[in-house]
Amino acid sequence: MAPVATPFFFYLLSGIMLIGGVLVITRKNPVHSALALIVTLLAQASIYLMLYAPFVAGVQIILYAGGIMVLFLFVIMLVSVDRVQRERQFNSQWVVGIIAATALGGLFMAVYTKGKDIFPEHALPMVENDNTQQIAMKLYGQYMFAFEIASLLLLVAIIGAVVMAKKRI
Amino acid sequence: MFAYIKSYLSSAQTPGAAGNMFWVLVYILVIFTGLAIAVMLMTWLERKVLAHMQVRLGPMRVGPHGLLQPIADSLKLLLKEDIMPAEADAFVFWIAPFIVVLAAFTVFVVIPFGPTHAITDMNIGILFMLGVSSLSVLGIVMAGWASNSHYPLIGALRSSAQMVSYEVAMGLAVVSAILMTSLNAEGTGTLSMIGIVQAQLAQHEWFIFKFFPLGLIAFFIFAVAMIAETNRAPFDLAEAESELTAGFHTEYSGFRWSLFFLSEYTAMIAVSSIAVTLWLGGWLRPFPNLLSGPTWDRAFSLFPGIAFLFLAAMCFFNTARMPKHPLFRIQTIGLAVFGIVLGLIGLILFIPAVSMRVQDIFWFSAKVGGFMYLYIWYRGTFPRYRFDQLMQMGWKVLLPLGLGVLILTAGVALLQQKLWHP
Amino acid sequence: MESMLHITTLHYLVLGAALFLLGVIGVLTRRNVVIVLMSIELILNAVNLNLVAFSRMWGGLHGQVFAIFVITDAAAEAAVGLGILIAFFRNKETVNIDEVNLLKW
Repeated sequence: MAPVATPFFFYLLSGIMLIGGVLVITRKNPVHSALALIVTLLAQASIYLMLYAPFVAGVQIILYAGGIMVLFLFVIMLVSVDRVQRERQFNSQWVVGIIAATALGGLFMAVYTKGKDIFPEHALPMVENDNTQQIAMKLYGQYMFAFEIASLLLLVAIIGAVVMAKKRI
Repeated sequence: MFAYIKSYLSSAQTPGAAGNMFWVLVYILVIFTGLAIAVMLMTWLERKVLAHMQVRLGPMRVGPHGLLQPIADSLKLLLKEDIMPAEADAFVFWIAPFIVVLAAFTVFVVIPFGPTHAITDMNIGILFMLGVSSLSVLGIVMAGWASNSHYPLIGALRSSAQMVSYEVAMGLAVVSAILMTSLNAEGTGTLSMIGIVQAQLAQHEWFIFKFFPLGLIAFFIFAVAMIAETNRAPFDLAEAESELTAGFHTEYSGFRWSLFFLSEYTAMIAVSSIAVTLWLGGWLRPFPNLLSGPTWDRAFSLFPGIAFLFLAAMCFFNTARMPKHPLFRIQTIGLAVFGIVLGLIGLILFIPAVSMRVQDIFWFSAKVGGFMYLYIWYRGTFPRYRFDQLMQMGWKVLLPLGLGVLILTAGVALLQQKLWHP
Repeated sequence: MESMLHITTLHYLVLGAALFLLGVIGVLTRRNVVIVLMSIELILNAVNLNLVAFSRMWGGLHGQVFAIFVITDAAAEAAVGLGILIAFFRNKETVNIDEVNLLKW
């Protein structure tokens, strides 16, 4: 299926993502930050669809927006006391933080303006009918070892999270 | 302009795949209207069927046999006062029912009512459906938190913990059904909903009967998990009236509450559609390969008309049984008119041109309707699970069972590929 | 203006860099530990966007597979991080990152 109105959707979605990102880092109430992050993640899933990556978009919606953010909301509800919201928002080294972030931003701008020509055009539009099948071939063929290690990592993370959050070990 | 509209009618694709925006909008409107009517019908049906199971009559006053009760309910909910708790977070309180309704309705983008009767056919169809239906957990958590009172908070935490736990079991059952789609000549399966039903057509077997009893156990796991996923009896601890006042939607009144109610029934229809598509052959009529050919097709295509004529006959029968009191005259006339309307729809459905197109939708809706009746039956029959029993069943019973079915299905499928296509 | 209308890989990379920058600002300047963790998720998402954009540019699917691994790792890290946060909160009754100073002299 031919892509339609790509610039419009790209600018709309990137605007949503950037506004969501700004809201994440500037809201006082952590629940509002979590909601803004959910909006950003969903907009990012749509951008993955524009980049001919439907499987990654589906994984992003299920895992990130539907799993990790639920976890964040649970913990925010457990941890947020009213006292927290009336305190100051920014920590005591925020000046140094802003300077470091500005330096990083300058570095990015330098890289992307000087190196504008080393990124060639897109390849031909990728077929997305068998995206899932091809990812499966790569995942269980070439990257099988990484797959097994990722499952081991998840096991370790589960045990670690349970031990960390228990009342009595 | 007309050529653009007509160009779709001769294509053999879903409107999304064909890129035809006008027909996409038409399909969206039709599905939205159909869902609204289906939800209203479900509320009436639930009260009547539960009542008859409890040897009483249910709503009988509002229309003939209570048929206008859903309309009265919706009017009441629209006119109720909209209360917001004083300390509640206004923005989150406002947006929570919105998110739940959005998640419930977006799922219908990929549900196939026929080989070309879907809004679009994404090639990650089932993944998209599972992902979007997991977004409703977020809405519930936010509803409970924003109400700023303990019953909704506990109800929301319990409800979302339950939904997240049973999503895992659902996912495993879905994966073992998807495995069965890869038993074709090329050895590639598909995640697209239309592809799954076509795989069932090509393999001459509904997936519920495949590799007996593995398909049946996978279907059973999904059937149990989908009831827990939609917070219905017997897993409705989080919203039962005797337990937690009303769970996460205690503080919602009027139109906001009706949004939660609407999304609950829509989610029920959505997960039933997943079950029907994956295991019960979607839009396929019974025995599409065994009893094939134009005469059998013609015979089976009479079913929609016969169903509606049967409903019309029931209406006329009950009209005759109405009390012969002058105060009941309007209800009797109303029931007779309803029967005539149903009869006319049935007669229209006998026209071959109409029934050929509508047949797939009819079989799909009939199967989903069967699931809806099962939902009501479970509510009238089973006692409620306690919350720790619920979580125990999700993690300690359904999850190992799902893993076992998945491993066995994969093993048997591999064996079949090796033995029959070496 | 024409170069703005034709969306190339560079557009996606710049978007990823902007998200990364927002995440870095969030990590370095906020007090609330939960928001710092959410900014880390923003950084990981920016990296994912870069990976998938490059996968589109070169036509292979290696970038997408790696992005799936990054999402998996982000889930694991969020779980452990939030577990640590809960343990920390139980000890000190605050989510202020300036108060993590028990080892300070």
